[in-house]
Amino acid sequence: MLQEYIPLAMLIGLVVFTAVAIIGLSHITLPERATPTKKTPYESGMPPLGGTRGRFSVKFYLIAVLFIVFDIETVFMIPWGVSFRQLGLFGLLEMLVFVVILLVGFIYVWKRGALEWN
Amino acid sequence: MTPELKGFLLVSGIKVSVAFGTLFLIIAFVTWLERRVAAWIQNRIGPNRVGPFGLFQPIADGIKNFVKEELLPGQADRTLFILAPAMAFVPSLLLFAVIPFAAPLPVSFDFTLPVLGRFVHVGPVSMVIADLPIGFLFILAISSLAVYGIVFAGWSSGNKYSLLGGLRSSAQMVSYEIAMGMSLVPVLLVGGNVKLTELVRLQQDSLWFILALTVGFVLFAISALAENNRLPFDLPEAEGELVGGYHTEYSSMRFATFFLAEYGALVTMSALMATLFFGGWDIPGSWDEGEPSVIVSLATLAMFLAKTFFFILCYIWIRWTLPRFRFDQLMALGWKVMLPLVLTYIMILATAVWAFDTAGLAFGRTYVVALFGVNVVLLLAILWGLDRNRIIWGQRLTREGSV
Repeated sequence: MLQEYIPLAMLIGLVVFTAVAIIGLSHITLPERATPTKKTPYESGMPPLGGTRGRFSVKFYLIAVLFIVFDIETVFMIPWGVSFRQLGLFGLLEMLVFVVILLVGFIYVWKRGALEWN
Repeated sequence: MTPELKGFLLVSGIKVSVAFGTLFLIIAFVTWLERRVAAWIQNRIGPNRVGPFGLFQPIADGIKNFVKEELLPGQADRTLFILAPAMAFVPSLLLFAVIPFAAPLPVSFDFTLPVLGRFVHVGPVSMVIADLPIGFLFILAISSLAVYGIVFAGWSSGNKYSLLGGLRSSAQMVSYEIAMGMSLVPVLLVGGNVKLTELVRLQQDSLWFILALTVGFVLFAISALAENNRLPFDLPEAEGELVGGYHTEYSSMRFATFFLAEYGALVTMSALMATLFFGGWDIPGSWDEGEPSVIVSLATLAMFLAKTFFFILCYIWIRWTLPRFRFDQLMALGWKVMLPLVLTYIMILATAVWAFDTAGLAFGRTYVVALFGVNVVLLLAILWGLDRNRIIWGQRLTREGSV
């Protein structure tokens, strides 16, 4: 069983090596010849205005929080899906209850406007 | 080490290197294909100077990228800026590890080398890099790592466009990951297994899962587009608004690494669609189900590549046909349409599977065709809803087409 992970380890090694090699090689082939102008962030040809690490919309945080809730839902559904055939009616009803509870939360989030982007 | 283990290591080593090399070549080829097809769709010629039909264009691009100057923007976070391309590249190329690409190949050898000793291998080798027992859970896990590369790139560049691109991308990938993960649950309901080799075998014995899970395939295809940041969901790098998005400040081979990662994910997603819903390497008919042989392996490999390239071409076709979503539309589609649809679909399909099992229907062709009936009804219902503008709740279009 665990033997199957050996080729995976080989592949990981190969991929990481390739990534390091191509980025490293290109770093060696041509060294950076920077000027102060080249070093400024690109802003469509204008001198950059203000800082770049400013504040951004709280919506992005909200989406991240919602993601955690629903992703755990997915994680819960995968083992249920695999053993659904053995569980029969019990499994079906269990998941139905779970989805209904989840839907209540989902509707709440929706009605509170967490999914709006205006 | 036993001779058997050494044989296994030898076979795996060869398999991994050949498969990885081929994948890399396919990715290079797909970058060329995308440009040719784009040109064809737009009534242009496209790259046709380097080699026959411009086939060596990716090599020329590679050389060009190697000799371009690398720039580290002044405000950049040095470590993350250099790490980001690798963080995007590694998961995208690892994904392919669990996808079976051909029928098992019979390999038997028993030889002895002077220093290394005896190597033994008997029996067919499964044509998949690593036939992990966790199957496509590996794909779900690794594909969600891809978001780190993009977010690191966006944040570390010290550029406003990059930051916005990275933020958008994280929100988008995270939202559609839920829909993607859930649209694979129906596959588990029907297949009862997460091992991709087992799923291919099941489809061989019955019928392709596209029949049993038509709606699931549609939902998966849409979320796969969004996960790969492909048009119509390519908001992280919407060039009209964000210049280059998260890779605005990247140049030289670091930029090319992002490019490779993107196409690697494209190839893998196409291969995954072929495997989960279109029978993988299965050729219709039953002649490929007998004893493993070299000819069967090669034919099934060709079949697998044909199916994969069919989906790659669809991806390219979609990219050069559809306009881009607006960001609020994109998030509304993900959360308000895809998520409820997927949940409903899972519950309906679970009920159908339970009903068929209770009715005593054995898994096989009749079973899949019966599920197809359920899917056709659902698909018609969805189309009816779309037609009446009833499916996009809260985003109902007015007559002028504005929201």
